Amino acid sequence: MLTRRVFLKGASVLGCSAAAHPLISTVTLASVPGDSRLVVIVLRGAMDGLDVLQPYGDPMLAAYRPNLKTGPGAGAAADLDGFYALHGGLSGLMPLWAAGELGFAHAVSTPYRDKRSHFDGQDILEAGTGPDVPDPSAREGWLNRLVQVLPGATAETAFSVGVEDMLILQGRAPVSSWAPEARLSLTPQARLLLEQVYHDDALFREAAALAMELGAEPVLAAGMTDEPGDAAMLPGAVSGNAQAGIALAEFAADKLRGGTRIASFSLTGWDTHRGQAPMMAKALERLQAVILALKTGLGPVWAQTTVLAVTEFGRTARENGSRGTDHGTGGAMLMAGGAVRGGRVYGRWPGLAEADLYDGRDLMPTGDVRAYAGWAMRGMFGFERSVIEGGVFPGLDLGEDPGILL
Amino acid sequence: MAGGRANGAIRFGAGLGPAVRNIDPGAADLLAELAGPDVLADTFPAVRTAAAMDMVARYAPAKRADRGTEAGTAQKDLKDEINAALVESWRAMAARWMDAEIGFRERLTLFWTDHFTVRARNARHRALAPAHIEDAVRPHVTGRFADMLKAAVTHPMMMIYLSQVGSIGPNSATAKKRRAGGGLNENLAREVLELHTLGVGGGYGQDDVRQFAELLTGLALSKDAQPGFREANAEPGSEEVLGASYGGDPARLEDIYAALDDLAVHPDTAGHIARKLAVHFVSDTPDAGLVGAMADAFAATGGDLTAVYAAMLAHPAAWAEPGAKVRWPVDYVLAGARALGLDGRTLVTMPRRRFRALLTDQLDVMGQPWLQAPGPDGWPEEAEAWVTPQGMAARIDWAMRAPAGLVAAAGGAMPDPRGFVEVALGGQADAALVRAAERAETREDGIGLILASPGFNRR
Repeated sequence: MLTRRVFLKGASVLGCSAAAHPLISTVTLASVPGDSRLVVIVLRGAMDGLDVLQPYGDPMLAAYRPNLKTGPGAGAAADLDGFYALHGGLSGLMPLWAAGELGFAHAVSTPYRDKRSHFDGQDILEAGTGPDVPDPSAREGWLNRLVQVLPGATAETAFSVGVEDMLILQGRAPVSSWAPEARLSLTPQARLLLEQVYHDDALFREAAALAMELGAEPVLAAGMTDEPGDAAMLPGAVSGNAQAGIALAEFAADKLRGGTRIASFSLTGWDTHRGQAPMMAKALERLQAVILALKTGLGPVWAQTTVLAVTEFGRTARENGSRGTDHGTGGAMLMAGGAVRGGRVYGRWPGLAEADLYDGRDLMPTGDVRAYAGWAMRGMFGFERSVIEGGVFPGLDLGEDPGILL
Repeated sequence: MAGGRANGAIRFGAGLGPAVRNIDPGAADLLAELAGPDVLADTFPAVRTAAAMDMVARYAPAKRADRGTEAGTAQKDLKDEINAALVESWRAMAARWMDAEIGFRERLTLFWTDHFTVRARNARHRALAPAHIEDAVRPHVTGRFADMLKAAVTHPMMMIYLSQVGSIGPNSATAKKRRAGGGLNENLAREVLELHTLGVGGGYGQDDVRQFAELLTGLALSKDAQPGFREANAEPGSEEVLGASYGGDPARLEDIYAALDDLAVHPDTAGHIARKLAVHFVSDTPDAGLVGAMADAFAATGGDLTAVYAAMLAHPAAWAEPGAKVRWPVDYVLAGARALGLDGRTLVTMPRRRFRALLTDQLDVMGQPWLQAPGPDGWPEEAEAWVTPQGMAARIDWAMRAPAGLVAAAGGAMPDPRGFVEVALGGQADAALVRAAERAETREDGIGLILASPGFNRR
């Protein structure tokens, strides 16, 4: 049996030749692949799409969830279109919805089915493949495959942000990774000697080279950017809960204003088996803060930005015995940014009647998260359809263009 | 990566240091350490479950006592008490790591702590996470897997973490009494099958998860590490898990134990545990013969863990490719402190704030905050998950800055880097590292180079 991550590790973070250290070479805006920015946020733990984007127009929702408040008026959810309501925890994003910079797709999933394991589910979400890929060791993260086909891409084109290792960016193409809280200051002599110590160990040599390069950069802290606001933009005081997410978003935005075009990080806290209401409120507070911090941090670049927030699977249609929900199948994804045609919910609603549920328990998926991501990439980077279906998401049928970009 | 034979203290133990007498322990030495009593657990005690549950019980009353008062000190005092128990337990674990002869038991405890990952989400439960290690994991690391499984899965911290608390049989007496009805929660049942026993590749399906979840209803918290049982919450009738039938009326705790006993010796479990141990101790891609020998030992002995370790240590592949694994951050900082000659007494008596600054805070940036694994699958094993730019920045930063504070806390002076190479790496240092350490501008830099080197980060 393969352990998590092993299959994506054919190559290291900077697995390619280190002959010309990619990050350290100067990157100019002209040399990078276009002006579009893509941010992919992996929501780990299986976000309950039925709670975030509540199909309150379906009468079964309230019946399945007597204790989880749903619909406008309950739990401060905001009506979006007479059928869907947005959880009150994202009320701070309503101005984006109104401006057409926030949208959703509902009843979506990856091809992962039935075993409902977080860890396999996340691996498949990040690999962007079906479970039928014959040789798992050949799998890579789909954002890495995107970098592989982007003309003019360098190691700085894509950034994995945070202390966690992001599978979605692992693969043959060199990418960068960094955590905003990491610091490293060395004397020139110590640095020189460390380079010698790491010289013969490729894994350490490449990671340490970046560590010494990035660690020497001036510290980017909240409130130190030129843009007004930052945290001040958020409704109410910024909690510690939101602050960690904001640090990721600000770091990503800083890189995306420069030579970086793709950034990815993850947010946890979605595994709401028990006492869902307070857990969801916390997780959404962080997600909302992250999106607002991205918008603020990106400034004018927000207009060319697409943010996709995706999760490994949805949760059961019915609440369970402990005011929570268990692992399910279909769920929701969020899209934001100035490049997005927002203000609407995409996807075909399957209904919540018993017979319409997957396995009699979960929201039936009617769309593939990869198709939305694929159409977004096609629009942003101008790929032929075959590049997406053959390269980035091998074996995927993109289907009809849902038109999520402007 | 060098050829030759791995050093037993580095690959299987707590690392080398100036006080370590046996600097190249073999299989017999490692097993002999396990055969003796767990003296270090008594020398450096950590919080126990009964005390942690008492703190949980006092939490709500403390909150109520604060109501209407301005200062609200009762809850704050209790929070301080809980946090103190958490840090003191971490110090105890670190102290054991310093004073162990070889430290195979310490490493095994870390492995099994990860296998049965828990995490306290609320302040009131924080002391329960180290108590889970102390009462449910550590006493069983040399015993039978079935005993550890039963203790770890039914411990209050696991039941809280994986939402077993409040999972009620849909047709139970409790469910019938409630207007809203009761309901199952599948979380613990799924993770026991997927993570703790069979493995995700194991032969189980959604029906097994559901049936096992029904069987687990009735499990309840008590005042200590032993689970309680509330028959009113239990789903009536028997349940079928992996083709075997368990329980009936009345529902009993023994039926849950019977299912866990069977899962513990299932062939899929033997293979899953054998492979996981080999991946943790030996190689991210372990030799199939090694895994097979360990799984055979597991199966032949009904899950006698010491027999599985013995099978691992007896296999030549367990000693091949020195440096194939990268030390986890916890292993890295503790092995570093041990190499610098820190002793357990120093760690448990130094100011708490100092301890945290020197040994805890950087674990977060290295990617392994203590007892806060992101999910129940625990920490990743592969070298590439840890040797990232941000992870290396944190490791180098710690190596350059922490040793001076650590040796000062122990009342010593920074060692000479030329001798420290030998002490820390036991003769496995390569020439480039020895040369670099000699050319460092300061002792701090020299020691830092050695601790930051691939040789010290690998095992």
